[in-house]
Amino acid sequence: MKQELIRQILWNRLIAVVEEQANVLLKTAFGPITREAGDLSAGVYDTRGRMLAQAVTGTPGHVNTMATAVAHFLDRFPAKSLKPGDVLVTNDPWMGTGHLFDFVTVTPAFLKKRLIGFFASTCHVIDVGGRGFVAEATSVYEEGLYIPHMKMLEGGKDGAGKLNKTFFAILAANVREPMQVRGDLLGLVSCNEVATRRLAAMLEEFGLRDLDALGEHIVSTSRASMLAAIRKLPHGTWPASMTLDGYEAPIELKAALTVSKAGIHVDYAGSSPASRFGINSPKCYTDAYTSFGVKCIVAPEVPNNAGSLDVVTVAAPEDSIVHPLRPRAVTARHVIGQMLPELVFDCFDEPLGGKVPAEGAGSMWVLGLSGGPHIERAPAGATRFNVISIGIGGMGARPAKDGLSTTAFPSGVGAIPVEITEAQSPLLFRRRELAEGSGGAGRQRGGLGAVIEIENTEPAPFSIACATFDRRHKVGRVTLASGKVLPGKETYVVPAGDRLIAEMPGGGGYGKKT
Amino acid sequence: MKRHNTPARLAADIGGTFTDVVLEHGGRRHSAKVLTTPRAPEEGMLEGIARVLAEAALPPSEIGVLIHGTTLATNALIERKGARTALLTTEGFRDVLEMGYEKRYEHYDLQLELPAPLVPRELRIPVEERMTAKGEVRTALQDISIEKAIKTLKEKNIQSVAVGFLHSYANDAHERRAGELIARALPGVPVTLSSAVCPEIREYERFSTACANAYVQPLMASYLERLAAELARRGLRCPVYLMTSGGGLTTLETAGRFPVRLVESGPAGGAILSAGLARENRLDEVLSFDMGGTTAKICFIGQGRPEQSRKFEVARVWRNLKGSGLPVRVPVTEMVEIGAGGGSIARIDAMRRIQVGPSSAGADPGPACYGRGGSEPTVTDADVVLGRVDPVAFAGGTLQLDFQKAKSTILARVGSPLGLDARWAAAGIGEIVEENMASAARVHAIERGKVPERCAMIAFGGAAPLHAARLAQRLGMRRVLVPVDASVGSAVGFLRAPVAFEVVRSLTLLENDFAFSRVNKMLGKMQDEARAIVAAGALGAKLQVRRSVEVRYLGQGHEISIALPARPLRAGDAKLLRGQYEARYEAQFGLRIADVPVEFLTWSVSVSTGTRSFANAKMKTKSAKARPNGRQTVFDPDTGKAKPYPAYRRGELGPGTRVAGPALVVEAQTTTLVPRGWRCRVTGAGHLFLEKA
Repeated sequence: MKQELIRQILWNRLIAVVEEQANVLLKTAFGPITREAGDLSAGVYDTRGRMLAQAVTGTPGHVNTMATAVAHFLDRFPAKSLKPGDVLVTNDPWMGTGHLFDFVTVTPAFLKKRLIGFFASTCHVIDVGGRGFVAEATSVYEEGLYIPHMKMLEGGKDGAGKLNKTFFAILAANVREPMQVRGDLLGLVSCNEVATRRLAAMLEEFGLRDLDALGEHIVSTSRASMLAAIRKLPHGTWPASMTLDGYEAPIELKAALTVSKAGIHVDYAGSSPASRFGINSPKCYTDAYTSFGVKCIVAPEVPNNAGSLDVVTVAAPEDSIVHPLRPRAVTARHVIGQMLPELVFDCFDEPLGGKVPAEGAGSMWVLGLSGGPHIERAPAGATRFNVISIGIGGMGARPAKDGLSTTAFPSGVGAIPVEITEAQSPLLFRRRELAEGSGGAGRQRGGLGAVIEIENTEPAPFSIACATFDRRHKVGRVTLASGKVLPGKETYVVPAGDRLIAEMPGGGGYGKKT
Repeated sequence: MKRHNTPARLAADIGGTFTDVVLEHGGRRHSAKVLTTPRAPEEGMLEGIARVLAEAALPPSEIGVLIHGTTLATNALIERKGARTALLTTEGFRDVLEMGYEKRYEHYDLQLELPAPLVPRELRIPVEERMTAKGEVRTALQDISIEKAIKTLKEKNIQSVAVGFLHSYANDAHERRAGELIARALPGVPVTLSSAVCPEIREYERFSTACANAYVQPLMASYLERLAAELARRGLRCPVYLMTSGGGLTTLETAGRFPVRLVESGPAGGAILSAGLARENRLDEVLSFDMGGTTAKICFIGQGRPEQSRKFEVARVWRNLKGSGLPVRVPVTEMVEIGAGGGSIARIDAMRRIQVGPSSAGADPGPACYGRGGSEPTVTDADVVLGRVDPVAFAGGTLQLDFQKAKSTILARVGSPLGLDARWAAAGIGEIVEENMASAARVHAIERGKVPERCAMIAFGGAAPLHAARLAQRLGMRRVLVPVDASVGSAVGFLRAPVAFEVVRSLTLLENDFAFSRVNKMLGKMQDEARAIVAAGALGAKLQVRRSVEVRYLGQGHEISIALPARPLRAGDAKLLRGQYEARYEAQFGLRIADVPVEFLTWSVSVSTGTRSFANAKMKTKSAKARPNGRQTVFDPDTGKAKPYPAYRRGELGPGTRVAGPALVVEAQTTTLVPRGWRCRVTGAGHLFLEKA
């Protein structure tokens, strides 16, 4: 058969393998944020650690950070030193996916004792100890357990991996929900394992020794397609800026986007310095969402891999809000990182007038809710719980279509069903519905945000961790039913009998309303 | 005409393009394929029935039973032609239907669309009431609030009502009360309770299912009434059963209550055909492959039984992408359906890769070679150019195919842009559509814990026999069965289906708190409920009961269904079930989690009559080598050469006849390709059995 057709078949097959990988993770994960909301990613890499394919199931903040995460593992565990059965792990925010809550695992794939590539996967666990899912920490040391690159499973002589008991013991002793967290990590092991089996079978079927030739084809074709798409754009440099309310002080995000025949470069020079609090977006996360924004506009149809990612470069001043250095706090890095695609869109608005959507709600509101006797003024018998509810705003209107209501963008994560959250805690949602009138006006209307109202069915207070929940244009807010407006930062205790109301912003409208 | 003792049985499968009618009578089978008449689907069906009756020279009064499957419910959902439906829902949650999963199913596409809710906001009426997750009443339902809602229903001239309250899977009292009050106030307006149609946790999926049911209910009810009247008028006074998506038959009455269970009934019939053939041919593990004009369906049959599931997505609105449709949770035959059929359109994408489907040329204009104005290359065009389909003998000679048109269209749209000649371009289309199906099968296999290499394939539907062996080869499979009447396989399957009904209930129990007597009581009630429904249509046949429970590790969100023993449960069964669950889990996911308790969630009881065995008479086999009726030049992408293949007429191949590949076996509605390196023999029942040498 023609080589060309075989390569295409192999490429398709590889995408199917990583899609399977993601699906296995959805089925084996324990934490609702992974299994219900889909905060995960899965991908396959060649022996040099270049990402060849990623699953659509998952979220860009994970996918594009994971693209570089594998190389960091290989710097510490050279490919040659790895054995069948080994599984590597880290939650390093700077060399993983941006905060301690995401564990990245890498499994070397072997066929007849020969290394053929790698599978990596990541998911967001419910707890890593420390202060929990809040932005209040002022250094990463306060944010929880920090796992440097290490082996989570060690391959034995029979090729089967043995759990690293020390690692799991330390983990169990340091997180608030040890069962769930360990379960999620085992889910990561399972999904890489299943994918490894499929890849080995595929190579055997086609008589291939490894993925390298195919990888080269995928990477070079994708890079070329991306460049071809970029060549069709007007060349030049376009700026954009955005002001957010920030934590201790307003934050200025500045970007200058340059289109040249070499690719697209985004420079965040002039952006605010790093915050004292945990809303800083590590460079890997900044890179991820910047290239995501570029790709949505320039070449949505080109598969995402090392080749297509290659042609987008990002620069950011050291120790700025978009390139914080260790040990800056980073837990709520999404509140900054997920605004970057909007900034990129804004840069494109001038050269590509009429093709770029209006500004949307941007980052999700992750409502970390917990309760128990440890909460201020809680009765001794209060039920202990630790759940997350995700508040999602509206997307910006498109030039020819309204914006999508309550649809996460740029995150690929979704909502957790109310019935699931209520089954796991004594919380009760009084409402979770569209916020009427929250979509921006225009020829095309912006998507609507959601309004969520929560109470505790027990006569006990509960806490809500806010990152920065009223950021721009004074839309969206968090209040108590009793009237108090929360500033959208820090952790608050909702007194017994009171209710929490979160109103997510809608998306902007497009064009003049006629 | 000789009279037979067993009454004749009739099946009709109304699909998107064709309506297939099959009649079995006295060991003989007659079939007809007529064009579907979308505006009044019964018309095409009645014409097909008239045809087969004429062919068999039977009066309508001789028909003992009619089994019917239709895409009417599915089409109503796709085309949004259902009833003006209202949803009564818990105050504060009227937008659940519209908010959906709140996520994008495709990362980079800024033009994404989400399905519009079946019930618009002004018809989603909030009601003050609230249950907790434990099923305790938090806010009692006041009749007055329902009465207020009823006023609105009247004002808005509502034709159908769904009731969806939070946590009704745990306690349905409020939904039932609301249903009673509405039924009393609005006689003739059907009411669907979410707890009745889908008693499962996750509000969006449950409400979506309830609304889909309510939405198609009036339409289905009136169609079924019209059909019954029309059949009676023509002297067909036999009982009529409807095929459900779960593979069981149901009465007109039950179909009228739960019409959403009729979605995907055609493919379910196909799965039954495969299951029956699997049992009769002693094929333990089977991959059922059904390829028609628009889609291909792949389903696994283990031990003669199709896999079942309860999750399905209808009416996808954006590029047929998974996630862009409406979720429906009803018993369905577990299968993957992809846009890969004879009419699937091929194109070149921005990466200069060949893409095939999911859009289809359908019946109108159809593939370019139909010569009816189709200007885009399809899979059928590729098969014509490759020489696999004889343009003259297609569809029994009723439709002459235009070879030149197929060739020029493929060259223009696929060949020239890639620098390939028409044959290589056609080969590329064939390869990609087969690879798409193979990759869907692989993903599906892993989801179901199956290994295709161990399976035999059963292939049917108009386009399947052309691609079956090549698809099998890609999946590492060595055996393919192409049954008699392969092109009307689903309708043949209808005739084998049992009368069946499945009842499910959620009752969450932990392994170490296994309240078996409570479960026994609940299962008993469920069994009575299912039995009452099935008995109405079973005509005294012996009933079988299957019970299962969905199990997961405590804290997970995905369950594996485990069969329950056929006796009352007892204390030690928690351990037994855990053992079975863990074995399945390990096979699928590579490990066990020894110290985490398992949780039992959803219990199901399915009552059915037995499936019927096939009417294919065993014929004497005589080992013989077949003689070709002619030759067709076929291009083989594996060798890059065109070669004359012997072509055999299927009707002339007696049992035991052997054909060596490469060869073509031609019949009126389809052609079986026996590739190089494969051989084919005709079984005693007349099926083609292909094996890789």
